[in-house]
Amino acid sequence: MNGAHDLGGMDGFGPIAPEENEPVFHAEWERRVFAMTVAMGFYGAWNIDMSRHARERMDPAEYLRASYYEKWLHGLETLLVERGLVTREEIAAHRRAVAETTTAAADGDG
Amino acid sequence: MSDHDHPHPEHSDPGHSDSGHDIPSELALRVKALESLLVEKGLVDPAALDALIDMYEHKVGPRNGARVVARAWCDPAYRQRLLADGSAAIAELGFTGRQGADMVVVENTDTVHNMVVCTLCSCYPWPVLGLPPVWYKSAPYRARAVRDPRGVLREFGVELPEDVEIRVWDSTAEVRYLVLPQRPPGTEGMSEDELADLVTRDSMIGVGLPRAPGAKSTSAGTGP
Repeated sequence: MNGAHDLGGMDGFGPIAPEENEPVFHAEWERRVFAMTVAMGFYGAWNIDMSRHARERMDPAEYLRASYYEKWLHGLETLLVERGLVTREEIAAHRRAVAETTTAAADGDG
Repeated sequence: MSDHDHPHPEHSDPGHSDSGHDIPSELALRVKALESLLVEKGLVDPAALDALIDMYEHKVGPRNGARVVARAWCDPAYRQRLLADGSAAIAELGFTGRQGADMVVVENTDTVHNMVVCTLCSCYPWPVLGLPPVWYKSAPYRARAVRDPRGVLREFGVELPEDVEIRVWDSTAEVRYLVLPQRPPGTEGMSEDELADLVTRDSMIGVGLPRAPGAKSTSAGTGP
């Protein structure tokens, strides 16, 4: 199935721009997304093709905008929900809880 | 000759925006929330995540592939085995595992230069090269490697004679490719370890050439 991920031969994306002495990860959250994705791969509720397909089903414009590990995060959340391991409501509740903790910590810094 | 030193903010990657800042990005918060949920459910163990990160950040990387290439340069029988069955020959050196179960090694010669891409995503031989650099996963490389490989090579500072055939290998989830670059001239008598130091990450993807003996070993493309 083609889609926004099927990039071979397309024009207009500009220069390749390799980064000198590039680190393996560019942010701590990238490390965590990578590790959660690999760990959940070992868990065995889906295979590598399902994993890729979950990323490729992103909204096409969103796919082209998102960074690499952002696509991984999207794919991981999608599969976790589709396989019934977590719900969207649980994800949202934890997102709110983390925001509250972070805000409280920031306020406490003053 | 090299035009690959240009700055690259045009490579705007929103996922990088939170590095080095005090305020966590929306992405950082989303990831933190998801991890806390998976830990609560007993689906992941934070210590196991730390171990995975340590492994792919510090232990698995292009130095593995460099050892494979140096062995092939020194040992003709190993080279034969490597080209006949990449996975088995690579496993002889102890490099196995995820994202590299079915390895095909393609050899550069005086008349053929090989280059590897994954146009659909980011398939890459983890056990021998580690995790791929951002440019390998980015739209510009995936789009253009199959259409204008010679132009892409020029962007990496590699100019090949017109009569050298360029073969581009599009990786899949199942088959991963490693380029066996040509042994540089003037390396007769060098040890396998010394030779491995000449093998850059980019030369094993096929967008670079090995270093010449005596060149600095800290230049780009070596990776960590």
